[in-house]
Amino acid sequence: MALSLSTPAKSAGRATDPAPRDSPLRRKRNRERLRNLGFLSPWIVGFSVFFGYPLIATVYFSFMHYNQIKAPTFVGLRNWRYVLEQMPLFGPALWNTLWLVVVMVALRVVFGLGIGLLITKVKTGVGLFRTAFYIPYLAPPVAATVAFVFLLNPSTGPVNEVLSWIGLHGPNWFNDPNWSKPSLVLLSLWGIGDLMVIFMASLLDVPKEQYEAADLDGAGAWTKFRYVTWPAIIPIVLFAVVTGVVQTMQYYTQALVAGKLASGVSIGPGTVIQPGYPEHSTLTVPQLVYSLGFQNFNTGAACVLSLVLFAIAMAVTLLLMRKSVGLIPAED
Amino acid sequence: MTTTTLTRPDTAVPGRPGGTDTARHRRKRILNWIAVHSVAVALALFFVLPFVFVFLTSVMSDDQAMSGDLWPGSWNWSNYSTVFHTPGFLDWWRNSLMYALLGTVFTVCSSVPVAYALAKFRFRGRRTAMMLVISTMMLPPQVIIIPMYLVWAQQFHLSGSLWPLIIPMAFGDAYSIFLLRQFLLTIPQEYIESAKVDGCGELRTLLRIVVPMAKPGIAAVALFQFFYCWNDYFGPQIYAAQNPGAWTLSYGLESFKSAHAVNWNLTMAATLLVMAPVVIVFFFAQKAFVEGVTLTGVKG
Repeated sequence: MALSLSTPAKSAGRATDPAPRDSPLRRKRNRERLRNLGFLSPWIVGFSVFFGYPLIATVYFSFMHYNQIKAPTFVGLRNWRYVLEQMPLFGPALWNTLWLVVVMVALRVVFGLGIGLLITKVKTGVGLFRTAFYIPYLAPPVAATVAFVFLLNPSTGPVNEVLSWIGLHGPNWFNDPNWSKPSLVLLSLWGIGDLMVIFMASLLDVPKEQYEAADLDGAGAWTKFRYVTWPAIIPIVLFAVVTGVVQTMQYYTQALVAGKLASGVSIGPGTVIQPGYPEHSTLTVPQLVYSLGFQNFNTGAACVLSLVLFAIAMAVTLLLMRKSVGLIPAED
Repeated sequence: MTTTTLTRPDTAVPGRPGGTDTARHRRKRILNWIAVHSVAVALALFFVLPFVFVFLTSVMSDDQAMSGDLWPGSWNWSNYSTVFHTPGFLDWWRNSLMYALLGTVFTVCSSVPVAYALAKFRFRGRRTAMMLVISTMMLPPQVIIIPMYLVWAQQFHLSGSLWPLIIPMAFGDAYSIFLLRQFLLTIPQEYIESAKVDGCGELRTLLRIVVPMAKPGIAAVALFQFFYCWNDYFGPQIYAAQNPGAWTLSYGLESFKSAHAVNWNLTMAATLLVMAPVVIVFFFAQKAFVEGVTLTGVKG
C-alpha cells in the first residue's frame, strides 16, 4: 500500500512538479502516510490474518483430502464433485437455506414495516408498546429458541393449550417437517425489534408537509403510503433486505438448537447427531459446514461447502447492493 | 388532483369546515384510535406472552411443568437456586462475562482509531478499504472457520478456551468500524482542524476531542459487542465444546436442557437467567442502544 502511494501517478494529478527530495511538503506527506498506516494498523493486521489468510486457506483445503490428523494430500476436484453431485444432504441444506432467505426476509420486512407504521400511529403509551416490541430482539438466540421449543411443544406447551381453548388443534410445530421452518420464522418474527426501530426512525423522517399536501389533495391512506411514504423509505427497505439476506445466509444457532431440543435426544459433548431434525427440514448450509468439518472431519468437503456459501452470499449481496448503491458505503 | 389543490386551501387551511364535519371527524378519530390501539395491544401480547409463560413455568413444580397447565399451583422460587447450584453454571457466568467484557474493551480500543482514519483522513485506497470492511461484515463466519480453527488448535493449542474468540477482537471488528465511522462522519471537520491549529497531535486530537464527542456512538458499539459476545453460540461451540470449564452461558444453556431432559421448569428458569443481564443492561442504556440501531440503518 505504501508503495502504490509513493508512485508519481499521484502527484502528477496535482499539476505541480514533484517536490524535491527533502522539501517540507514531501516530509509532511510521508508523515501523513505513516500516520494513516498507524491508525489503520489494527485493521490491516486483523484483515490479513483473520480474513485474508483463512479465505485463501479455505480455497487451498478445498482441493485437499485432509482429516486433521494426517498431512493433507492433493485430490484435485474430488471434494467439489463429491459435494455438488453426490452428497445427499447438500440439496436439502441448500433448499432450506434459500427457503429461509426468501420467506424469512420477506415476512420480516413486511412485519417490521407494519409494526413501524403502527407505532407511528399510536397516540397513547407509545413508550410501553415500543419496549414490548423491542425487548424480544435482545433475548439471546439460544435462550429464545429454548423458550420457543418449550412454548410450541405439541403436548405440554402453552401455545397449543391456548389454541385448544378456542377449538383449534395446534400443529406439531418443531416436530413436523412441514411446520419446523414456519416455526423458525415465527421465532424470528418475535425478535423483530431492530427492524422496527429502523423503520420507525425512517418513517418519522418523512417530511410532514408532504402528508399535509396529500391531505389537501384528498389522498386516502393507501395513496399516501404509496406516493409519499414508500418513495421516502425505499432505501431503508433495501437496506433491511440486504442485511436480512446476509443474516439468514448465516442462519445457524436457532435451527441447530431447535432441531436438537425438539428431537429430544440427550446430548453430551462429542455426541454426533444428525442435524436438521425432523427429516433434515431445519438443516442449513452453515450447519452442514460445521457437521462436515467438526464432526466428520472431512475438511476438504467442508471447505468446498464454505466456498459455495461464500459465493451465494456474495452474489446475492452484490446484486442487491447494486440496487442500493450509495446507501451502505456512503461517502461523505 | 391539481384542481382540488387549487380550490381546497381557502376552506381547509383556517380550520375544519362546518360543524357537522367536526363531529364526524371526531367520531372518525376515536374509531381510528380504538382500531390502532387494539391492533397494538394484540401485537404486544404476541411479544410479551412468551416471557410470561416462560416465567410462570420457571416457578412450577417438576410435575406441573410437564403438564399443560399455564398457572403455577405453587410458587417454587427454589428452582432458581437449584439452577445456580447446578455444577458449572457459575463457571458459565464467569466465562460469559469475561468473553463479553474483554471482547468489548478490545473491540472498542482497536476499532476507534481505524474508524477515525476511515472517516476523517484522506488517502488513496480509502474507498477500497471501506468496501473491504463492508465485505468482511457481509461474510458468514462459517466461510473461514475451518482454517481459523486449525491455526488456533494446531499452532497455538488454544482450543478448549475462549481466547481464539477474544484475541481477534484486539484487531478491529468490521461491524464496529463501520458503525463508528458512520458516527464519526457526523462530527464537523472544523473541530478537528481547530484542535490541530491549537497544537494537538493526531492521537491527542482523537482522545481529547473526537472520543468525547463520539461517546454515544462508542456506547452503542460497546453495547452491541457486549451482546454479540453474550449471545454468541457458534464461536464457543467451535472452540470450547470439548472443555465444559470454558463454556459460556449461551452454549451451556442448550446442554443444560439436554441434561435435565424432563425439567422444563429448571430449563425455563435457566433461560430467564441467561436473558436477564441483557434486559437489565438494556434498561440502563436504552438510549444508546436505540441510537445505535437507528444509526446502522438510517443514516447512510
